[in-house]
Amino acid sequence: MPLEGRVTTIYIDNLPYGVKDGQNLLQASLTLGFNLPYFCWHPALHSVGACRQCAVKVFKDESDTRGRLAMGCMTPATEGTRLSIEDPEAKAFRAGVIEWLMLNHPHDCPICDEGGECHLQDMTVMSGHNYRRSRFRKRTHLNQNLGPFLNHEMNRCIQCYRCVRFYRDYSGGRDFNVFASHDSVYFGRYEDGALESPFSGNLVEVCPTGVFTDKPFKEHPTRKWDLQTAPSVCTGCSLGCNIIVAERYGEVRRVLNRYNADVNRYFLCDRGRYGFDFVNSQRRLRLPLVDGRELVPEGSATQALSATEGGSPRPAPASSEAKGAVVRRAVARARDILHGSRRAIGIGSPRASVESNYALRSLVGPDNFCDGMTSGEHRLVGMMKDIVASGPVRSLSLAEVERADVVLVLGEDVVNTAPLLDLALRQAVRTRPEAVAEQLLRIPLWDDRAKREATQGKQGPLFVATPYPVSIDDIAVKSYRLSPDDIARLAQAVAYAIDPEGIAPLVGAADPLHVVAETIGGSLGLAARPLVIAGASLGSEAILRAAANVATALAKAGKKDAGLFLVAPEANSMGSALLGGMSLDEALEAVRTGGADTVVVVENDLTSRLKEASFRALFDSTKHSIVLDFFRNRTTELAEIVLPVATFAESSGTFVNNEGRAQRFFEVVNPDEIVSASWKWLGLLSGRGTGEEIAWDTLDDIIARISEDLPALAAIGSAAPGARDVPQVHRVPRDSHRVSGRTANVASLTVHEPPPPRDLDTPLSYSMEGSPRGRIPSSLIARIWAPRWNSVQALTRFQEEVGGPLKGGDPGALLFGPASDRTRAYFDGVPEAFAPDPRRPLAVAIRHVFGSEPLSALSRSVSERIPSRYVGITPDAARSLAVADGERVEVTVRDLRMELPVRIMAGLAEGLCALPEGLPDMPYVGLPAPAGILKRTAP
Amino acid sequence: MLSDKEREEIEAEMARYPHKRAMVPEALRIVQTHRGWISDESVRDVAELMGMSAEEIDTIASSYNMIFRRPVGRHVILFCDNVSCWIMRSDAVRDHLVKRLAAGPGETTKDGRYTVLPSACLGDCHHAPVMMVDDEMHGNLTPEKIDRILERYT
Repeated sequence: MPLEGRVTTIYIDNLPYGVKDGQNLLQASLTLGFNLPYFCWHPALHSVGACRQCAVKVFKDESDTRGRLAMGCMTPATEGTRLSIEDPEAKAFRAGVIEWLMLNHPHDCPICDEGGECHLQDMTVMSGHNYRRSRFRKRTHLNQNLGPFLNHEMNRCIQCYRCVRFYRDYSGGRDFNVFASHDSVYFGRYEDGALESPFSGNLVEVCPTGVFTDKPFKEHPTRKWDLQTAPSVCTGCSLGCNIIVAERYGEVRRVLNRYNADVNRYFLCDRGRYGFDFVNSQRRLRLPLVDGRELVPEGSATQALSATEGGSPRPAPASSEAKGAVVRRAVARARDILHGSRRAIGIGSPRASVESNYALRSLVGPDNFCDGMTSGEHRLVGMMKDIVASGPVRSLSLAEVERADVVLVLGEDVVNTAPLLDLALRQAVRTRPEAVAEQLLRIPLWDDRAKREATQGKQGPLFVATPYPVSIDDIAVKSYRLSPDDIARLAQAVAYAIDPEGIAPLVGAADPLHVVAETIGGSLGLAARPLVIAGASLGSEAILRAAANVATALAKAGKKDAGLFLVAPEANSMGSALLGGMSLDEALEAVRTGGADTVVVVENDLTSRLKEASFRALFDSTKHSIVLDFFRNRTTELAEIVLPVATFAESSGTFVNNEGRAQRFFEVVNPDEIVSASWKWLGLLSGRGTGEEIAWDTLDDIIARISEDLPALAAIGSAAPGARDVPQVHRVPRDSHRVSGRTANVASLTVHEPPPPRDLDTPLSYSMEGSPRGRIPSSLIARIWAPRWNSVQALTRFQEEVGGPLKGGDPGALLFGPASDRTRAYFDGVPEAFAPDPRRPLAVAIRHVFGSEPLSALSRSVSERIPSRYVGITPDAARSLAVADGERVEVTVRDLRMELPVRIMAGLAEGLCALPEGLPDMPYVGLPAPAGILKRTAP
Repeated sequence: MLSDKEREEIEAEMARYPHKRAMVPEALRIVQTHRGWISDESVRDVAELMGMSAEEIDTIASSYNMIFRRPVGRHVILFCDNVSCWIMRSDAVRDHLVKRLAAGPGETTKDGRYTVLPSACLGDCHHAPVMMVDDEMHGNLTPEKIDRILERYT
């Protein structure tokens, strides 16, 4: 077994094994594939030795025959350690522990959502406890309503303390805790109410049994083995967390974490876990629309939409031929339009796949392709791409962020723009104190209790500069509240502090920002792995430039392991930047003056990026419009032709995350013959005239074309194997080998078993047959399961070592080369100091993890957590306007007048106001921009 | 709402603790001294005063058995049920106590005068059987002695 680092030999039941140095016996045993039960240990939360379940017998030396019981998770694997897992006394001890844990556990497995994927079930079976001897009554608890995401059933609790360790220690939540003692120990909130942490959904996977289960999933409970699953990538932000999407009866039922050691590792945010529900939305388009009328397949039982099955409307069953005819009619009509048009402009989307954007680009031609971003977003994302591609400092992976030792955050409200970055930073601040504890006190990294005792909550240096208070203020050594321009100036001053020869000081070298910058620069200068975080959320290029300058200065100062982390606006923003194209404003100009008479819009509701007047003008000044989207929205309302497209769950493609990592997502719902991926529709449209060959047929075809056509995206092919790379018999099954009722699922329609759907695009199959588990490439892992390990804890069987990379390397392909090949000079252009104007505060964008991302906002569970719109003002402004919190004011920004309730934000930088961007009830404004705020006079 | 006195006492103590968390039991003790027990509202008040969440206060309040999260009588009787007292026939004494007060372990008398709580060793074994009423120890208990003691508290 190839293992990095020093290798130690240990003896398990008298056989020698090589394990990586510095592990504990439980980690080592699991890495080697032994079945050693455990509860309180978690690969990310590490050891506390609380549950006593992983007891093994440890022997002094070869001649020791008596040995002593020791907890596997608390005993280091040192050279020559001899242990026995099979020792009868150890086995009896483990069986005893589980019997005791089961004293109060209800026998409700048949009605428990965790049943069949329950770590407690697995461990009980593994330990051999199968008969209840206790004759006492079980203790019972009252459950709490914990909000729309989690179901609470405290009677099932076995007091492993994992939930509270994750929620409080790991993710920094404060509204959850453990209460009471001995038999009455209770995990929950002080009183009923939604859990505030945006990482609460992880309790579903962290809890070893059914105390915390997925609430939306409970609407249609399904056993794990009956879910059709496929590997996918989250669309919720630019980080590209890996997920496993599960389907049943044509609907997406839940999302679970898919481990990727470089990206999300063990956890997801709640936007990512619960946002998928937009796929099942009532607003989904299922049929093409021509001039606002649906093309209904002939022979449909009724022309109305039936909403009886599964809750979301879908056409009554029609024959394949009739559906094919509908597709042909829609395509023919769209082709006619394209044929007759003088110039067609294609508007793509940073939330559509690389493939769909490329398909549009080749349909309309590169000169007529727009990436679908506003000019501001277009410039920012383009600049991010350039910084990452040409800078001397590498763009870090999310996993590397966790290891940074000094961090500077510039302008990003990370929990609301890239939620998992918040979680990664909470681990990063522990890096330095824990390294000290390891060196001085020889506390191994896995000994969580001792580490926390030794460090006493000490945190490494994290500096934050944002316009308003942010979630990570509680882990920052210092937070600064500044306007976007001053954040850029602070960063520039930090760069000057690090490299005073290469960079000019701010105008007026006596600027007080230099004093602050001296501290930050000094701290970064002492770091081994300094990290600079910035992003697009304040719409400031100056911040990006200055952030890049800090990184460049660190590189010049010899910090080889310095890193940058730039947060992009959407799931595929970086892919769109690599593809190139004009901005939305340029597209409007092309329509206005460039003779374009047709517009093709792909997966982009333009009302979220254009002001009402421009939006109207676009459709008024083009003769024809073709819109491809999932939902009915304002853009589809105005279109001449609307083609219903597949979401990430029904189609396959590639997203490029903020780091430049290309990742493949695979369809899990067999799409209807009408609803298909945008790139498929566009392929049909691209054949000029009937009868001609279409441009591409399968995902392999279009990826091959992209690789040939665009060198910058050539590597996307290696993100995952193609359909052609995997022979039919080795396709990865989407169904488990235990799937039940497979032949009866459509018995209400026909008693004949239909053939499994064909899938020509992916190396997966709609079947229970295919590649054996051990031979699946990491990018195609469709479910986490191993013999005797039915819960998500089976993950250790897919990893090279516990907590390490997946066997065969982690999925995804990095599109940017190594930083060592790059050099870039400093950026010029430092903005002037911000001059607050009390009468016209500068409105900056503020975002909300639930609500600011338009797709997840359509999810039923997420929508319960979305705030309504407001304007954030400083306490000073509130005083001078004489308004109280919640009182309504009139806000005017860029000729847009809104009446909004006031939120008084203590800590908002002077001279600013904050408007929540992207909330469903918030129109597009185009921030930052000066705002006028007036107290509403009583009517 | 906390009284000014409670607030003052807690704030005075707070200055002596480097970690807020370590101060929580003391803050709760102060409130309990004034009110006899810790209500849900008191948990919130202490949380607000100390800049912590209600969860962070109640995790401590609910785990210490000497911090009362339910109302108690005017006087709290801690009755030792540990081994030394048991050897000295504390059972008989306890039965008498319970019968006389018509309140079992964990219960409060109807007139709100006494709450009876069992306790594991009061550390006064050489006077076993013993019990403690509020802050006073009473040893070498007999049914007659208990009758006399109970009359002393109003």
